[in-house]
Amino acid sequence: MAGKKKLPLSGNTAIAYAVKAADVDVISAYPITPQTTIVEKLTEFVANGELDAEVIHVESEHSALSAAVGASAAGARVFTASSSQGIALMYEIMFIASSMRLPIVMAMATRALSAPINIWNDHSDFMAASDTGWVMMMAHTNQEAHDDIILAYKIAEHPDVLLPVITAIDGYFMSHTIEPVEPIEREEALKFIPKKVTWSVLDPDNPVTMGPLGTPEWYYEFKRQQHEAMKKAREVFDEATKEFEKVFGRRYEPVEYFMMDDAEYALVAMGSVAGNVKAYIVKEARKRGIKLGLIRVKLFRPFPAEEIMEVISNLKAVGVIDRALAFGSSYGGPLYGDILSAAYTRGVDTPIVNFVAGLGGRPVTFRDIKAMVDATLALDGKTRKDVPKEPYFIGVRE
Amino acid sequence: MTAQLPGWKSLPPGAVITRPGSTVEYKTHDWRTLRPVIDQERCIRCRLCWLYCPEGTIIELDKPYTTKTGRKYTRTYEINYDYCKGCGICAQECPAKAIKMVEEVR
Amino acid sequence: MGRFEIRWHGRGGMGAVTAAELTAMAAVKTGYYAVAFPEFGAERRGAPVKAYTRIDDEPIYEKTPIEEPDAVVVLDSSMVGQEAVLHGLKSGGWYIANTARDPEEVRKIIGRDDVKVATVNATKLAMEVFKAPIVNTAMIGALVAATGIVPLEKVEEAVRDRFPERYVDPNIKLLRQAYESVRKVV
Ligand code: SF4
Ligand code: SF4
Repeated sequence: MAGKKKLPLSGNTAIAYAVKAADVDVISAYPITPQTTIVEKLTEFVANGELDAEVIHVESEHSALSAAVGASAAGARVFTASSSQGIALMYEIMFIASSMRLPIVMAMATRALSAPINIWNDHSDFMAASDTGWVMMMAHTNQEAHDDIILAYKIAEHPDVLLPVITAIDGYFMSHTIEPVEPIEREEALKFIPKKVTWSVLDPDNPVTMGPLGTPEWYYEFKRQQHEAMKKAREVFDEATKEFEKVFGRRYEPVEYFMMDDAEYALVAMGSVAGNVKAYIVKEARKRGIKLGLIRVKLFRPFPAEEIMEVISNLKAVGVIDRALAFGSSYGGPLYGDILSAAYTRGVDTPIVNFVAGLGGRPVTFRDIKAMVDATLALDGKTRKDVPKEPYFIGVRE
Repeated sequence: MTAQLPGWKSLPPGAVITRPGSTVEYKTHDWRTLRPVIDQERCIRCRLCWLYCPEGTIIELDKPYTTKTGRKYTRTYEINYDYCKGCGICAQECPAKAIKMVEEVR
Repeated sequence: MGRFEIRWHGRGGMGAVTAAELTAMAAVKTGYYAVAFPEFGAERRGAPVKAYTRIDDEPIYEKTPIEEPDAVVVLDSSMVGQEAVLHGLKSGGWYIANTARDPEEVRKIIGRDDVKVATVNATKLAMEVFKAPIVNTAMIGALVAATGIVPLEKVEEAVRDRFPERYVDPNIKLLRQAYESVRKVV
């Protein structure tokens, strides 16, 4: 606990502190649980004069992101935040923000989608955003949530990238949980992410047209560019995290490996549930002699397929935990879908099985994790043909 | 034509058009099936067509005109047929029924 | 020390969440790992509120609710004896209540001979200091006095960090008074 001063911050407050440090010009958002306290804290900073930003009060999330698009197109450093139905309402504009290559940063406190109405945590909203062309990361400590905002602007505004970025935390499990966080001060932050307009903006002296019609002979080229920008985002993520470590002393990888050095089996997870798996590995699995490790996916778009496959290819069996469900898909959970296609294209034969768990805020307990580990271990010595074609629905009542 | 268009590597990101006023190169007249024709004799210079045209293709000219009955006007309204899409709004709105939509012959 | 988990019970506005948070900070200052979190859901002033503090000398990975607390702290005297407060409390754990009753009496009310009980009249102390029943720092004082989970000075440091200047001294006064006047039966 040496070093700089740590503050007890909830995930949401940790994000607000980072947004303040990034010295954003415009905050455009609409309140929704469990994101609300991010913007609440930010408006407090603005009211106190600690942050000189324009706060745009809008009547919906659709407008919140539309205003963010406008402000970013005018050259502002822009921040927004949302959850669940709010993300659903932003959906249309999310594609516009990424296609117009505007480096907006959005924090997402993930939450289940209605119906039935549920304000608790899962990854349905995050996964629904997965093909909108935004760079996507998910943290699993409040410190990481804080740092991700700074990293997000670094990646978003890089001239080779120019894509909006989502930094997600799990609603409640992180958004409302207080952990010690070492906040980055504005001066240090701005050295790392200097305020410089690196993208095309609306300027009366140099008029441009943004968001024009793209007829069939033009449209496709811009989509191809977006695909390339995502690839660049990966390079820039690697550079940015290296530089971040030099400056701030904390290292982030696209994928975090926990007790994987000698692991024979692994669970793959994202967000807070990865913490529960870590605790299970230390307190249960390893004590029983099971060589279990955790692969935590931090960067989701662009998807770090290479490194995950490199590790998975040496394992006996792998289980992927999804906290969302892709209804009617050939796979089950969306994270599993990405892992499977990565395995196919890289020729990885390890049996990989899917677990859907913790929907709508249902806690993922040690008992649940044990069930997942047992099912994964059962695939030892089997081939991928033996993998169940349906996900295991963990913790649901029959 | 496609062969001469630039590839994805050389286009500006985000489909930003950096040359102001380049829209004039995009002629929209070939969308037209009916062509509006102003009868300068009947036109009372009320300016409504100019106001309603969604394309801004009705041009107000400082061009004097005298009708057969001797009425003198200082202005004349004409149509820029490079961009007129033939929507017929002008004809619909004209209070003097001075605009006729006639079949386009190309 | 191992793992120590605390569940706080109060009503919206009493500061149960702040108490959970201050205790976590005091634990971090002591050299432990700690997290604090509220009951997840919609919050309303006056409604029963739960908050949690999880302390460990090893890193805390899990983000799950606390099912079997080592201590429960009851901020609202009207809640003493409620089933929800006792729920999952470990045998040998602490039941720490804001009440004018003595600990033996409370033990009878809750009907659990296997738990340790500590009481403090935090409402009375808080009324003297604040002229308002803001009992959260007093209840931390009681918790610390009963369990010794963190040193009192570390809580004082956390109070200094957390509150605006003008609230620091009265809160520390209240903390110390509660610490000293706690009564317990083990
Ligand atoms: S037909 Fe339509 S586009 Fe053409 S001049 Fe009339 S209003 Fe304008
Ligand atoms: S609306 Fe008709 S009358 Fe009026 S200016 Fe146009 S053509 Fe002439």
